[in-house]
Amino acid sequence: MKKTFSIGGVHPDDKKISAGCAIEVLPTPKKVYISMAQHLGGPAKATVAAGDKVKTGQVIGEPTGFISAFVHSSVTGTVKSVGLRKDLAGIPVIHVEIDVEDDEWMDGIDTTDTIVREIPQDTKFILDRIRNNGVVGLGGATFPTNVKLCPPPDKKADILILNGAECEPYLTSDYRIMLEKSEQIVIGAALMKHVLGVERVVIGIEENKPEAIAKMKEAVASLAAGTAGYSGIEVMTLKKKYPQGGEKQLIDAVTHRQVKSMGLPIDVGVVVQNVATSLAVYEAVQKNKPLIDNTITVTGECFPKQSNLLVRVGTPLSYIVDWLGGIPETAAKAVSGGPMMGKAIANMDAATLKGTSSILFLTEEQTKRKPETNCIRCGKCAEACPMGLEPFLLNKLAKNRMYDELEENAVQDCIECGCCLYSCPANIPLLDIIRIAKGDVIRIIRSRTAPKK
Amino acid sequence: MNRLLVSPSPHIHTRTSTRSLMLDVVIALLPSVIVSILYYGWSAVEILASSVVFCVLLEYLITKYLLKRPCTVGDLSAVVTGIILALNLPPAAPWWVAMIGAVVAIGVAKMTFGGLGQNVFNPAITGRVFLLISFPAIMTTWDGAKGFIGGIDAVSGPTPLGIVKEGLMQGQTIDQIFAANDFSYFQMLFVNIGGSAGEISALAVIAGFIYMLARKVIRPYITLSILVTVAVFSGIFWLIDPSQYTDPLFNLLTGGVLLGSVFMATDYVTSPMSDKGGIIFGVGIGVITMLIRYFGAYPEGMSFAILIMNSTVPLINKFCKQKKYGRA
Ligand code: SF4
Ligand code: SF4
Repeated sequence: MKKTFSIGGVHPDDKKISAGCAIEVLPTPKKVYISMAQHLGGPAKATVAAGDKVKTGQVIGEPTGFISAFVHSSVTGTVKSVGLRKDLAGIPVIHVEIDVEDDEWMDGIDTTDTIVREIPQDTKFILDRIRNNGVVGLGGATFPTNVKLCPPPDKKADILILNGAECEPYLTSDYRIMLEKSEQIVIGAALMKHVLGVERVVIGIEENKPEAIAKMKEAVASLAAGTAGYSGIEVMTLKKKYPQGGEKQLIDAVTHRQVKSMGLPIDVGVVVQNVATSLAVYEAVQKNKPLIDNTITVTGECFPKQSNLLVRVGTPLSYIVDWLGGIPETAAKAVSGGPMMGKAIANMDAATLKGTSSILFLTEEQTKRKPETNCIRCGKCAEACPMGLEPFLLNKLAKNRMYDELEENAVQDCIECGCCLYSCPANIPLLDIIRIAKGDVIRIIRSRTAPKK
Repeated sequence: MNRLLVSPSPHIHTRTSTRSLMLDVVIALLPSVIVSILYYGWSAVEILASSVVFCVLLEYLITKYLLKRPCTVGDLSAVVTGIILALNLPPAAPWWVAMIGAVVAIGVAKMTFGGLGQNVFNPAITGRVFLLISFPAIMTTWDGAKGFIGGIDAVSGPTPLGIVKEGLMQGQTIDQIFAANDFSYFQMLFVNIGGSAGEISALAVIAGFIYMLARKVIRPYITLSILVTVAVFSGIFWLIDPSQYTDPLFNLLTGGVLLGSVFMATDYVTSPMSDKGGIIFGVGIGVITMLIRYFGAYPEGMSFAILIMNSTVPLINKFCKQKKYGRA
């Protein structure tokens, strides 16, 4: 039997209409705007100033603190300005604006297509390359990858899971890289496996991507046959169910372990990395190439041209969309990420980030919320919740500001997957309300456990 | 391009709505409706029509003039209540019985609690039980209505359950009663002898059950646990003394057990949320039904059993929670 997570989940229509589109390289725009806040943790500090010449792959931002990351220039050119600019939600963030010239890569970056299969033995070398090349998790959280690969000394991982589930409808960028760069992804996995010192790597892919499963299996087999360091890597076919790619759900599906409330995967001996992150690790370690570009799906039934593009970090969204023919009249909403967990784009002039995985266009009919009616107590929200929560109850408690009861009913465990709101036949905006309550309750828990000053 | 909408995730929504769910229930009720019209003819049409019309009308009037809230009849839940209420009435009952039933169901059991989703008791059953207590004569005789299918003339008289209860009180054994009344299971499966409109065809109800399962409107646990409980409970008594207690198949096929377990006990609002809770709820209904049938004053206990268990739902919900992720 194919594996999946044990609680809840929903089956939204797949709609992977851009699955057949091979990755194209998007021409570099005239200007890029590179954000200093592309990762979880402290934003990077810009190390360049207006007038500076930068090369492709040059560091332009340094980490501030332990959980932070390097930022590199994705182009060659002249820094025009360093200052505040709106991100896709419309929030001002420090960006480095660069006027683009012809590409000239930094020395030491291997820009050839040759695949480097040999795994360096020095784990410090691997970790340094990952850190210095600004690799962050590309599955959504953009957590600095080197930090995740160095668990605290009292905790030990015994399995690395590579997330190739891509369970959100419409998204196909992970699918395409699994088809087109399968070997590089497996090498990235082997590098992380070596750093973590684990015996086992599972690459989890949902059953609706048989070609990717076949390709990845092939890559695993050929690498294991030819080179040392590739044993213990397997591809696991998972049942199709959203949110399979949720970290906690994927761990449950693959290992049948469950992370405790407020805990981390490492507590149960697991590290999860996305397949796109694995590709970035490969490029960072084996090619010394910083994370300056990534694959982005541009899609939607109302969008004239479906595509998967290799885009330089900092490319304005409007440039990408105009290159493909502009925003269609019928589009009512643009989403960065998938339709279940992605963020609505408020500002099309915003630039892409390392973690931008898609631009999805939805029509009014597809996305409009219908008027809320009475809860009919059908229990469909509870049935759908992959964390086993009772969204209808949390909603009611949140409206009455009953924080103790909210905590008792585990609102803090909500992963904001959207299954509840998606399933509610009465169109109750469950997650909107639960999200706020969760924030409040987590603040209360933190203030209680924080050492008194 | 016009301005882009900005709102929190998720950005898509299931097509299932309260209205589409209720419509599915209406569709699931159709086989029973059709059988009762074929079997009881115009009197079934009259009782169905008046019940549905009064239910919808009342909800409309109450939301519009009393509560002054947006009208909710569009969600079709009043239609469902209307049909279920009608299927619970003797087809030959006069239209005003349906009207009173509607007043109790919609006016009292549903709207005074705040409308769909807020009520504790299933509206249609509340209506039926009120009528059963207020008009016992009308509610328990099945006047010979003329059906549409030739050759079948509806028998007038009490229901099989009533006949059995009556017979046992007069000291007859089950065998004697069955022989005297010519009961056959085959008949019960297709078109039963005597019964409220919805009780007459087991197959029609089962067809509706399968439809609702296939459309994921309901989950099977409540219905199945009621049926299993009724079968096991009556099985035990029947094995002990077959001359005094009716057998499991008879108990499953007669009275409101099927109709009630498929359409009334599964009402979202008045049944537990979790599957575990649903099973407890179902077992409770099954046991109470059989206790009333075997030992109570009424021949039929389904409606009472559902109402009693309705009142335990908040408690069941509190104690039967789904297992949470990562919490032992
Ligand atoms: S958003 Fe939260 S409450 Fe809603 S289904 Fe997901 S985990 Fe459960
Ligand atoms: S899905 Fe909506 S209507 Fe159903 S119980 Fe949950 S909140 Fe209520």
